[in-house]
Amino acid sequence: MRGFQSALSALLSHWRRRPGQFVTLVLGLSLATALWTAVQAINSEARSSYDRAANQVAGADRATLEKADGGAISMGDFVRLRRAGWLVTTVLEGRLQRGRVIIRIVGIDPLTSSAGPLNFEGGSAETPYEIQDFIGQNGLALAAPETIAELDGVPNLPRLIPQEGLPPRTLTVDIAAAQALLQRPDAVSRLVLLDPQPVGAAPLGDIAPDLTRVEPQTGQDLARLTDSFHLNLTAFGLLTFAVGLFIVHGTIGLAFEQRRVMFRTLRVLGVSLKQLVVALVVELAALAVLAGTVGVLLGSVLATLLLPNVADTLRDLYGAQVSGSLGWRADWWASGIAIALLGTAIAAAGSLWRIRSMPILASAQPRAWAMVSSKTLVMQAVSGFVFLGLAAVLLGLASGIVAAFIIIALVLVGSALLLPPLANRLLDFGQSLARRAGAGATAQWFWADTRQQIPGLSLALMALLLALAANIGVGTMVGSFRTTFVGWLDQRLAAEFYVNARDGQQGEKLKIWLQTRTDAVLPIVETEATLDGRKGAIFGVANHATYRDNWPLLERTPQVWDEVARGEGLLVNEQFARRSGLSLGDEISAAGLPPTPIAGVYSDYGNPAPQVMVGLSKFSALFPNIPQQRFGVRVPPERVEALKNEISAEFGIEERSMIDQSAIKDLSLSVFERTFRVTDALNVLTLAVAGFAIFTSLLTLATMRVPQLAPVWALGLTQRRLAALELARTAILALVTVVLAVPVGLALAWLLLAVLNVEAFGWRIPMQVFVGDWLRLGLLALLAALLAAAIPARRMAAMAPADLVKVFSHER
Amino acid sequence: MSVRFLAAFALACWLPVAALAQGFGGLGTTSEGYAVPSPDGTISFPADHAAHPDYRIEWWYVTANMTGPDGTPYGLQWTLFRSAFRPDGKPGSQFWMGHAAVTTPDKHFVAERRARGGIGQADVDVEPFNAFIDDWALKADEGRDIDRVSMAASGADFAFYVKLIAQGPLVLQGINGYSRKSESGTASYYYSQPAYALKGTLKLPSGDVAVTGSAWLDREWSSQPLSGGQRGWDWFSLSFEDGHKMMAFQLREAEGKSFTSATWITPQGDPTPIDNGELQLEPLAISDVGGRDVPTSWRLRLPSRDVDVTVEALNTQAWMATSIPYWEGPVTVSGNRKGRGYLEMTGYDRPDG
Repeated sequence: MRGFQSALSALLSHWRRRPGQFVTLVLGLSLATALWTAVQAINSEARSSYDRAANQVAGADRATLEKADGGAISMGDFVRLRRAGWLVTTVLEGRLQRGRVIIRIVGIDPLTSSAGPLNFEGGSAETPYEIQDFIGQNGLALAAPETIAELDGVPNLPRLIPQEGLPPRTLTVDIAAAQALLQRPDAVSRLVLLDPQPVGAAPLGDIAPDLTRVEPQTGQDLARLTDSFHLNLTAFGLLTFAVGLFIVHGTIGLAFEQRRVMFRTLRVLGVSLKQLVVALVVELAALAVLAGTVGVLLGSVLATLLLPNVADTLRDLYGAQVSGSLGWRADWWASGIAIALLGTAIAAAGSLWRIRSMPILASAQPRAWAMVSSKTLVMQAVSGFVFLGLAAVLLGLASGIVAAFIIIALVLVGSALLLPPLANRLLDFGQSLARRAGAGATAQWFWADTRQQIPGLSLALMALLLALAANIGVGTMVGSFRTTFVGWLDQRLAAEFYVNARDGQQGEKLKIWLQTRTDAVLPIVETEATLDGRKGAIFGVANHATYRDNWPLLERTPQVWDEVARGEGLLVNEQFARRSGLSLGDEISAAGLPPTPIAGVYSDYGNPAPQVMVGLSKFSALFPNIPQQRFGVRVPPERVEALKNEISAEFGIEERSMIDQSAIKDLSLSVFERTFRVTDALNVLTLAVAGFAIFTSLLTLATMRVPQLAPVWALGLTQRRLAALELARTAILALVTVVLAVPVGLALAWLLLAVLNVEAFGWRIPMQVFVGDWLRLGLLALLAALLAAAIPARRMAAMAPADLVKVFSHER
Repeated sequence: MSVRFLAAFALACWLPVAALAQGFGGLGTTSEGYAVPSPDGTISFPADHAAHPDYRIEWWYVTANMTGPDGTPYGLQWTLFRSAFRPDGKPGSQFWMGHAAVTTPDKHFVAERRARGGIGQADVDVEPFNAFIDDWALKADEGRDIDRVSMAASGADFAFYVKLIAQGPLVLQGINGYSRKSESGTASYYYSQPAYALKGTLKLPSGDVAVTGSAWLDREWSSQPLSGGQRGWDWFSLSFEDGHKMMAFQLREAEGKSFTSATWITPQGDPTPIDNGELQLEPLAISDVGGRDVPTSWRLRLPSRDVDVTVEALNTQAWMATSIPYWEGPVTVSGNRKGRGYLEMTGYDRPDG
């Protein structure tokens, strides 16, 4: 036992003597854990938010009743069902625009929203209210405290009462208040069936033959979409953890090598091998727990900074409500510490094994720690190719999100493994070029010595490669998204502004009135429909040049617009086509829609639901009950404001019911920008971690390289020159890595856009290449590498000549 | 009457039950703007079967004692509460709440419904009479008035459909229907139909049960029924085997003597009001009802009418787990008179209540 204690204290004394190394080790492991934890925290917080939202949005998880013909449900329908013994409750949902703020309104009936005792929770001590303050047209609104802060100063809103745990940017109001706010008197979005229903109610078919029961979707679409976003994040988490692992591996390897002398001494002094190993394990575990704790703390800070963006992203893109604040969770604490322990174990396993098998009186001379034989390089090359080959096979055979992720992982690992042999090859090539060009001995030594450094730096370089590839890949994906999306928005939002009439009657009048004053009035009509078993919508589209010229069609028959106008064909959105495996000519049918062949497929980014478009006249014939209330209006842009004023004066339609195209575009773009801000932040961090990895590796090498450099110095190269060459060497290695990262990054981008995205979202974005970004990234990586090399190089330049001379006298 | 104040008032104010159990201080003064019962008021039929939205609270309350084919005793309750939250008398300013229950010797089934006024989900029509919330209804039969009604309600695990035929006249409680509720003068309008003959079906998880029996309707409306410091009620409607009936209640004061009131009703339906202090009530046994101490057996004395009886719950666990919880269930009467009836108790939700 005493041996164990002295062994442990001796081991720990190393860190006291080398505080820098200690900090490096803990920081590396902490960073890796932090990135992992941040991603996990964001994921778990978002997930639990969905669950909360699903429970809060009345009826999101319960069966509902809807009109079979897609028409609107009225309060009369609700009362009829209640009077017939069915326990249903009303929900009216809508969006309210106030200036540039869009607020989600959820109208509920607290009196009927549960079958048991009233579970309406009324206010708090600071803001008491009673249920009669809630009920009625002028009732108050419940909102999350952060929503209330966000809506500060927004006019024409009900009295807001804070209630924890409500979805963000959502007002929960009484059904009557929702009808008033949304200007939809008597309207009900859905009737939610309560559970349990009383005994003895007449069959639904007898009471309300026009209503059909729709089973809960349990947010499957939402789950799939948001899952893909989280998978994206998880991939980043794993990637960054892998990068972090390289650092840990490097520092732990170094700590072992430097203490070989100590190990031998301890063994000679009588510490048993078992005691030594246990002492090392205890030491490492303690370090891992320490670093893990720091990492979890850092990670939660990071998550707190990023989560509001994630929340906005998910809400705006998919309508999923995620609370912008972070809870404190045991599960990601545990996972953070566990991953730190696991990482340390992986990183230390090799070193520990070597200690175990080390003869008691083995030479204490540190091996050329990172010296790697050509055999290792061959091994790396072979396994790299095997990984890439597996990825190619999987790509051909498998489908699904999980497969897509495995492919991405294989490609990344395979590429990382291929880096050292490829870099070796490239440098070999450089060396032979130098020789052929008749370069001097110094140049030849430089190339050879650079090759010599590859093994020692390989882990750091792999980390850099992965970070760069992720950067390029994600950057390409975002850029492609953006370009495509902006172009698509321009096409899709062709009308100058959009106006909503109060009801069908006003819609008719408005249409006639607008026809004489504008270039074109394009009615937008839609009805909900079940398409291939999923909830979607059927739209009516006017026969107009606006669509013929602008609508983004991915596939089309030659006479697509004529066929649609005549009712002989229809359009489907890309996600519907992909998910249901549809192609041109396939017939689509739904409740109320007779089988009609597909004449075109249009892109419909950001929408998870299937859609069908039929000609307007056909729509009117099929769904005569759906009034024309929404119109796209074509008018010269400079006339928009004046026309809005005229409409407002003539029809009393409020500003909020008229949305101009530029506002929608701005909103859509801001949503989009937010989507990838998280990705950007993680990208930068990954690169930073990789830079750190290079720094620590170079620091390690620097001390070990003194014996290699001393002879060159002795031959007449100045220290300054040597330092400059060191910098150049690092630059070349970084450059080689950057060059190799470009194809890997492009492959990653392609996998994200053409494989993962299609699996997760149902749409494919054409890939576009942004060479300028690579150049910028390359410079950044170079800069990072040079910065990392600067300190070791400076040390070299400033080293006392006596230290260099010592190399020759020293045993080492 | 009775507990109903609690339910209706809580409905009106939507007070947390905890606040109710801690006494009703302040509630008695919130009748501002509402009509208030007056000793000079007169009750006329059928107009007063309808809702009185200018009063704050009101109910249509039926309890029944029944017997199955095998002699098993049953009880049922059907209640419609109305409560105004603004004194404007408008339909949209009314809340409605329905409570229904069936009690067997070992089971108690409860259901609740809620609605807002003005949308047609709950209301009371007269000519023809129809008090309803959702599919629950107390409805006059074709061409008849409140003397001949059908009554139905359903919950997740029970339902009942019964017919009620009045065997006597409507009875005005208190003084010509003006029923005092405290020494300080709070009061309600209150009349009853204590003598319905009942026939119908109970739908229970064990199957349908054909039942016959008798039912008791209470109609009451007010705006200011409570005085500060009143802790809860114990209310009895008893039908003796000799044809006499008695309504009796006490309002338990936080301090001092309870306020008591009763009406003695002859077999012909002639009522005599009994003044405060004459009725004597004494709990005999306390039952544990879901962790609450509830007196489910009482000694009830009214010396002037030669009444000295023990009232015992058919099922001590007849707890109404509704938004406003209380105890209500059928009772049997023994002692110097025999019979059956209903007992309703509030303010026992907390052990210290």
